[in-house]
Amino acid sequence: MTSTFDSVVEIISEVCDVPRDQITPASHVTQDLNIDSLNFLDAVFSIDQKFGITIPLEDWTQEVNEGKAKGSKYFVLANFCAEIDKLIAAKNAVAAG
Amino acid sequence: MLLPLADRDQPMTNVAAQDMRLDQFQLVDRVTAVSPERRMLRAVARVPRSHSIFMGHFPGHPLMPGVLIAELMAQTSGFLLLARNGFRRMPFLAALKELNLRSFVSPGDVLVCEATLVHEGSGYAVLDANVRRDGETKAVADARLTFRVTAFVNSILEEHMRLRATEVGLPLHEYAAAPQAGGAP
Repeated sequence: MTSTFDSVVEIISEVCDVPRDQITPASHVTQDLNIDSLNFLDAVFSIDQKFGITIPLEDWTQEVNEGKAKGSKYFVLANFCAEIDKLIAAKNAVAAG
Repeated sequence: MLLPLADRDQPMTNVAAQDMRLDQFQLVDRVTAVSPERRMLRAVARVPRSHSIFMGHFPGHPLMPGVLIAELMAQTSGFLLLARNGFRRMPFLAALKELNLRSFVSPGDVLVCEATLVHEGSGYAVLDANVRRDGETKAVADARLTFRVTAFVNSILEEHMRLRATEVGLPLHEYAAAPQAGGAP
C-alpha cells in the first residue's frame, strides 16, 4: 500500500493504541478497530498535522448520517487514505498555483 | 477594552474587576488581548479571597483546586474559539492532556491565562494554555486542550455566550457574526 497508508497505520497504532497487525486496508477505522470518537479525533488531529490538511470530518459524518453515503466511503481505511491523498493533492495544487 | 498584545507584563490587579464567580462556574473576568490573527487570547481572573470551596480545600491551607485552574484554561481557550468562529459555534472541552500544576494558587491571587491555537480541524480544535500569577513569568499551570466545536443547540446558550463576551470585554462588533435564528448552523 501507499506511504499514506503506512503513515496512517502508524498514527492509528500509536495514538489509538491499536496493534499494527490488526489494521488493514479493509478495516473500518471506528467500527473494526475499537476506536471511540474521541480517540479517532486524536488520530485525525495527528493526520491533519502530519499532512498539513483538514480532514472534513463533519461533512463526511453528516453525509453518512443523512444516508447520502455509506460509512465505508470514507471510513474504510483504503478509502480514508485515498481521501487524504486527494486533500494533499488539493493542498499542493493551491500551493503551486 | 482590549489591551495591546505586547503588554504581556502589564499588571493586571487593576484590570480584574471582580472575583471569579465560582458558583456560576464563570472564572474568566476579562479578556485583555487577542492576537491579530486570532491565534492567541489572554485573559485575567481573580481567585476569591474567601469562598466556601476553601472550607474543604483545604482547612488551614486554602488552595485553588487544580481542576478549576484547568477550567480557567478551558474557558480562556473557549473564548478564543468563539472569537475565531464569530460566536457561531460552541466549544466543549473534550480532552485535557499533560496538565501540569506547577505551584499552588491561593485565595486572592490574580491569574493571567493565555490560550494559543495549535490546530483548528473540522468540528474540533487543539490549544495549548498556561496560567501564571500576575507579575510573575513562570507558569503555575499549563496543559494541552482538545475541544469539540458544534452548532449551538438553542438560542438561549448562544445569547448567553454573547452576553459573556460583553461581560469579559470581547467587543462583539469585532468578533461576533450576526446571531443565527434558533442557533441553527
